[in-house]
Amino acid sequence: MARFTPHTEADVREMLEAIGVESIEDLFADVSPKLDSELNLPPTLSEYEALRDVEEAARENDTGLPMFLGAGAYDRIIPSSVGAMLSRGEFLTAYTPYQPEVSQGGLQVIFEFQSMISELTALEISNASVYDGANAVVEAALMTARLTKRNPKVAVSAGLNPRYREVIETYGAEIVTLSHNNGTTNFSEVPDDVSGVFVQNPNYFGIVEDIEAASEAAHDVDALCVAVCDPISLSVLEAPGNLGADIAVGEAQPLGMPLSFGGPYAGYMATKEEFVRQLPGRITGETVDRDGKLAYVLTLRGREQDIRRARANSNICTNQALTALAATVYTALMGPEGLREVAELSASKAHYLADKLTDAGMRLRYPDSPFLWEFVVEMGDVERANEALLDAGIIGGYDLGDGAMLIAVTEKRTKEELDAFVEVVANA
Amino acid sequence: MLSEKSLGSLIRDKGREGRRGFTLPKNDVENVDLGKVLPKKALRDEKPRLAEVDEPTVVRHYTNLSRKNWGIDTNFYPLGSCTMKHNPRANEAAAANPGFASLHPLQPEKQSQGALRVMHELQGFLAEVSGLPAVSLQPLAGAQGELTSILMVKKFFEDAGDSGRTTVIVPSTAHGTNPATATMAGFKSKEIGVDEHGGVDVEELREAVDGTTAALMITNPNTCGVYERNISEIAEILHGSGAFLYMDGANMNANMGRMRPAEAGVDIMHYNLHKTFSTPHGGGGPGCGAIASTENLAPFRPDPTVEKHGDEFHFVRPEKSIGRVAGFHGNFGPILRAWNYIKMHGPELRDVTDMAVLNANYVRAKLGGTYRVPYNELCKHEVVIQPPEGKRALDIAKGLIDHGYHPPTIYFPLVVKEAMLIEPTESESKETLDDFIGAMLELAETSEEDLEASPTTAPTRRLDETRAARQLKARW
Repeated sequence: MARFTPHTEADVREMLEAIGVESIEDLFADVSPKLDSELNLPPTLSEYEALRDVEEAARENDTGLPMFLGAGAYDRIIPSSVGAMLSRGEFLTAYTPYQPEVSQGGLQVIFEFQSMISELTALEISNASVYDGANAVVEAALMTARLTKRNPKVAVSAGLNPRYREVIETYGAEIVTLSHNNGTTNFSEVPDDVSGVFVQNPNYFGIVEDIEAASEAAHDVDALCVAVCDPISLSVLEAPGNLGADIAVGEAQPLGMPLSFGGPYAGYMATKEEFVRQLPGRITGETVDRDGKLAYVLTLRGREQDIRRARANSNICTNQALTALAATVYTALMGPEGLREVAELSASKAHYLADKLTDAGMRLRYPDSPFLWEFVVEMGDVERANEALLDAGIIGGYDLGDGAMLIAVTEKRTKEELDAFVEVVANA
Repeated sequence: MLSEKSLGSLIRDKGREGRRGFTLPKNDVENVDLGKVLPKKALRDEKPRLAEVDEPTVVRHYTNLSRKNWGIDTNFYPLGSCTMKHNPRANEAAAANPGFASLHPLQPEKQSQGALRVMHELQGFLAEVSGLPAVSLQPLAGAQGELTSILMVKKFFEDAGDSGRTTVIVPSTAHGTNPATATMAGFKSKEIGVDEHGGVDVEELREAVDGTTAALMITNPNTCGVYERNISEIAEILHGSGAFLYMDGANMNANMGRMRPAEAGVDIMHYNLHKTFSTPHGGGGPGCGAIASTENLAPFRPDPTVEKHGDEFHFVRPEKSIGRVAGFHGNFGPILRAWNYIKMHGPELRDVTDMAVLNANYVRAKLGGTYRVPYNELCKHEVVIQPPEGKRALDIAKGLIDHGYHPPTIYFPLVVKEAMLIEPTESESKETLDDFIGAMLELAETSEEDLEASPTTAPTRRLDETRAARQLKARW
């Protein structure tokens, strides 16, 4: 009998009798074609043996080293309380709150998540999250098409994370590529038939962009402006809603989610209230119960697939409730001052490293462009530099493939690690 | 239940300006003045109105919120179509291993061989369970697995120069995501009816399929919990016209080791690792909607998949890939958990299916007679029932809450009036099922007035859902 099934042989016999069949096989009498052989899977392991295999596989990865990789996922400090809250079985093992009377905890968490995203972005309404940052971007692209009643066609520059761009392409939206000067997007050349103009901030190269210029360019052609923002940066950078952005989206991973080889993360989406009908995904709203007591419930369900089926505004079904909980607990623990400190610590260390690398004779690719905690360094043979770094016990930056390294520095990095990084690459 | 007398109920109401819930390491380099390195207009003037709270308050707040939530850990949760089975904690231990949790998705392949091996092995396991050899683990949820599959079908026809394939056929019993997916992928969705078993109406299908058909989206067992006994014939009809048979794998918990979609003629399907393979639903996500297909659709899979060359594992872009559907390689956390779950079962996965099907049929047998069973034949892992004449599914559902049971899925599938879709899963004991059955039988006798008043013991009573939509308040 399988591991997590409670029945004894006596239970099975009594139940088969109640059903009126002789054997388990009889329960599959209607199945055709049947599988007659045993599944060809490795032999059953006990928990101990399985976890020993997990440990063995884990050791085949290089982890536990100072990390300078970013490019969309960041190695940030995660308070212990975040994981503790996520391990509460009432959150972990629940499903979508279809029965709000017994899902008030999860619903309120989403309400708080939406509130925090609204506050950070200065946009009126946020959804309950989507799969990841890339999917928030593509959902926003499709949203601009519905709102402008144009074909999905978006203007982006190389400053948009190329993985986000690839997902936009997969979903069939057309892309117009804007040029950039010194890493900063040139918004003066937006064609007049696009549905949306995207601006990532900080952009893929770490540079702080001009969201206002993007939104003016978008509105000049009656398109919408989508700002793709790192949520930590919103503690120090002006909120996109105050700079004319119509939609703000992004990757919520920096808010308390482990790197976990790329997921699970969560994408956030916020917009103006007038656009709410075209916002995809779940939304939690406030209401009262029969006794007038404050309560929360999924609302504006008429936008969604289970109600509207073929006419829904997206096929998206659930949100990323558990990782959104991580973002909510993280943000609550940090508060506005803690988030600002994370941003300032990261920026201080990144600027320290950039200065030291420059001192050591290396060149920043975009020396005149403002950045926070990520920047591009001309490195020649990046692969060799990264190998030398790994030999020294350091995970290097991201190889942009054209002789440059994209380096991310978080609040985790110490002066000692930064100095070691400089020493290794200067001698590589 | 919870003492919150002097406090508002939201986390922000529990704070005070200047409180902090976490301390960071002191800066060991020179502080950078952001006003000097960034343009002034790029900086924020007003701080966001976030909570300013201490750690004890945060932990108590979210712990108390969790107590207003039901999960599998706290209550029997027979939510049809969602496979709310026990979530083994060994999976959580695996995912928390720092050798995976702190692995960056862009670390070079050489530095992430362990993670790549896990992905490669899981691809193999999913290929074996379905009989479909080409797997992608990238889709981040079931709905995205559907979309990925239909985009692959679309790209196949584009590649073949066949521009006339404009329609995806969807039975009336399908999950709402199926027609929504067809639309999102740029197809017209055409609905067809079902037969007396809740299965695809084969004659209607035969008439509907023509040179414009790209695929049929089928769920097997269907959403009425009944095996699609004509599945091989259905596959022949589609293949005869050059179209594909896609299978929504939401119900794979009924099939493992008993049937393989490939042998039934399925060309492509998605799995829900968070259903069949026990990764936690997390209140609505994260999940993983891995897909499996035949070799002829393999070149169109998302970029990347994992291949083994010699002793090394590599990310490879399939030759005619539809592109990426996720920012990185997929939801690795659920991938790792599912790998661990399958390894703890091996070929015994068949017992999982057997016990899930046994439990559903037991509930059917015991409730039939009092409740109406529209398809009163062998069911698979779930059963659809209707309340006794004059009673509403919604009221029975809310009544169940007062008995301590999470309600089943209600008003779905749409083809059954007052439907209650019950999926007990294999994790539940006979005693739990007997108690649940007892509660259901009692509710069948409970007065309409009492039912309508329920729930009375939950954190809230029934909600004013209209007000939530009319007076939208979705933030503090």
